[in-house]
Amino acid sequence: MELLSGADMLIRSLKDEGIEYIYGYPGGAALHIYDALFRQDEVKHILVRHEQAAVHMADGYARATGKPGTVLVTSGPGATNTITGIATAFMDSIPMVVLCGQVASTLIGEDAFQETDMMGVSRPVVKHNFSVRHPEEIPEIIRKAYYIAATGRPGPVVVDIPKDMTTPNERYEYSYPKKVKLRSYNPAIRGHAGQIKKAVDMLLAAKRPIIYAGGGVVLGKASDQLTELVRMLGYPITNTLMGIGCYPASDKQHLGWLGMHGTYEANMAMHHSDLILCVGARFDDRVTNATEKFCPGARIIHVDIDPASISKTIDADVPIVGPVDAVLKEMLSLVKESKEKPDADAIASWWKQIDEWRAFHGMRYETSPDVIKPQEVIEMLCRLTNGEAFVTSDVGQHQMFAAQYYKFDKPNRWINSGGLGTMGFGLPAAMGIKLTHPDDEVLCITGEGSIQMNIQELSTCKQYNLPVKIINLNNQALGMVKQWQDMNYESRHSQSYMESLPDFIKLAEAYGHVGVRIDKKEDLETKLKEVLAMKDKLVFVDIYVDRFEHVYPMQVARGAMKDMWLSKTERV
Amino acid sequence: MRRIISVLLENEPGALSRVVGLFSQRNYNIESLTVAPTEDETLSRLTVTTTGSDKVIEQITKQLNKLIEVVKLVDLTEGAHIERELMLVKLKATGSQRAEIKRTVDIFRGQIVDVTSSVYTVQLAGDSEKLDGFIQAIGTSGVLEVVRTGVSGIARGEKVLSL
Ligand SMILES: Cc1ncc(C[n+]2csc(CCOP(=O)(O)OP(=O)(O)O)c2C)c(N)n1
Ligand SMILES: [Mg+2]
Repeated sequence: MELLSGADMLIRSLKDEGIEYIYGYPGGAALHIYDALFRQDEVKHILVRHEQAAVHMADGYARATGKPGTVLVTSGPGATNTITGIATAFMDSIPMVVLCGQVASTLIGEDAFQETDMMGVSRPVVKHNFSVRHPEEIPEIIRKAYYIAATGRPGPVVVDIPKDMTTPNERYEYSYPKKVKLRSYNPAIRGHAGQIKKAVDMLLAAKRPIIYAGGGVVLGKASDQLTELVRMLGYPITNTLMGIGCYPASDKQHLGWLGMHGTYEANMAMHHSDLILCVGARFDDRVTNATEKFCPGARIIHVDIDPASISKTIDADVPIVGPVDAVLKEMLSLVKESKEKPDADAIASWWKQIDEWRAFHGMRYETSPDVIKPQEVIEMLCRLTNGEAFVTSDVGQHQMFAAQYYKFDKPNRWINSGGLGTMGFGLPAAMGIKLTHPDDEVLCITGEGSIQMNIQELSTCKQYNLPVKIINLNNQALGMVKQWQDMNYESRHSQSYMESLPDFIKLAEAYGHVGVRIDKKEDLETKLKEVLAMKDKLVFVDIYVDRFEHVYPMQVARGAMKDMWLSKTERV
Repeated sequence: MRRIISVLLENEPGALSRVVGLFSQRNYNIESLTVAPTEDETLSRLTVTTTGSDKVIEQITKQLNKLIEVVKLVDLTEGAHIERELMLVKLKATGSQRAEIKRTVDIFRGQIVDVTSSVYTVQLAGDSEKLDGFIQAIGTSGVLEVVRTGVSGIARGEKVLSL
């Protein structure tokens, strides 16, 4: 067997795990590891400009590919800078492994230079964390870390590595474990057959059914099974913000997404349904609105890999714990075999009702002859990229517009921080995707507030040639905050203006990129086409959009799902 | 409702902090918590008493089960079970009080385990209600110091919590 130092074992383990890229930033406690990285060329390291961005890069990569991302940082400030990124991944169940340097084990607890209790600090926002206590444990811990991160309900795993675990001249026998033994961690591999049968019987007997799908379908790679089942049943489907793309948005059975800024028809259909099949979603408060008023006539089937997600906020009538792909497959074969068929008359009149709701609102917005509306920018981008780009977003109005008006027919293409709502996510996430998808169009739809939270990464983009397109919907305000202040605080715009904005064009140029400003409606299409034609350039597109636009529909606070504002003046 | 949840936990550093962290992070109550190694040196056994609606208790058990280091758990209050807590109490004991205290200790089947001219130290085991009852019977004015271990419990009959 080979003898390797802890640091070399770590890098070798990454290679044996099949890791191609890691994103990180060096520092004292991680220097043995960085030296080991230097002495090989299989695992490639991307040097970011802030550790938070390294985590979002790993996250973007993971969301686009379904494979865990990897981060490497030093102790103390390096480690604490990752926390927002880790929490972002945790809330959206994104698989990743974050390797953190730590002061030598002999110094832990002494307030040593750059010592932070990363095990303690990260604990509430990780699926699990490990601290290395002996160099020989490294291969096994790495194997376990990836296994835990990627299986069951995925999530981030932190590995804390004291500096003396990676000392160069102390060598140990290296072998990478083939199997993981964890007696206390056994995610379900199939759903309960009896429950699935019961669910299918209920589905076939329903008069006003709706399928409500979430990010779990994307994470569980179950889009095909879901699409087949929904088409076979002929029922309406809506999905969450995280589930976008799990069912083709252009299909007529798709009602758009639901919840706070969901479509009128999706929220109405949910409220009036008699049966909800929830797959891989978690009845989040941004979906349900007031739980006590939630869908009063509906019985609920809830499929999820995580038992703790079931009956957490809304009680399930039929809980099914299992991987969504396996459960949907079983449902499909039961539906095919069943002598019962959906009640054609009931379903037809249900669709008639839904189509009336659709016709009533759709996703209309008011256009203007001279002001650029953010919605039309997104619609145009969708058209110009054939709806096939990877679209990352930051957080705010631009995020909602992007999700509403870009029509995704495929999963893993809409990349946003839904659970934590992290401004600053969009650019690094786009970089993580572009790095491994150089031939695909990657758009980062952002706002002038959010983009400034990780703007330093323009430098990383230069270093590694990452020609993403940054679409800055510049409304010169923290628009979403301002919208809430308009609606709930009589337009007292407390701290929601972005004063003294930089000249983004010069800024992009200073970093060695191209900047394009669009402030005339008649230029929008030609300029966007020009931007998209610059395949090998990062282009920062600063688009001056309507400063007064609000996102609608918007659910009325503490109301039922059906209670919505449809514009500044219409409330239903 | 009050529940007693018994947990087999990997005997690893940090495992206990995950359990405690979970309770505070998710706003669950802890009335008492005990933890000690078991006959299997790789496992600790933890007993937590908590209160909450059925829905909250269901969430607590599910969230505990999600912790990687939780191997197995049982809600003892779902079936017949035995619960015990140990209490040591220092009582003011002078003059005629001494005989009175002795009598009460006997009624509660406790033991006086340390004596000075003015203080008795009493040891008492039982369920939490019995320990509360003893303090009530003595009257808080005579109590100098109380230390309780918190509840540990085990199911009655053949049922065992093991791997
Ligand atoms: C890190 C972080 N801080 C604060 C917030 C609260 N917040 C949500 S949306 C928003 C405004 C975002 O402004 P901008 O990026 O310009 O987007 P817009 O809403 O104008 O489209 C703020 C401050 C957040 N989501 N994330
Ligand atoms: Mg803005």
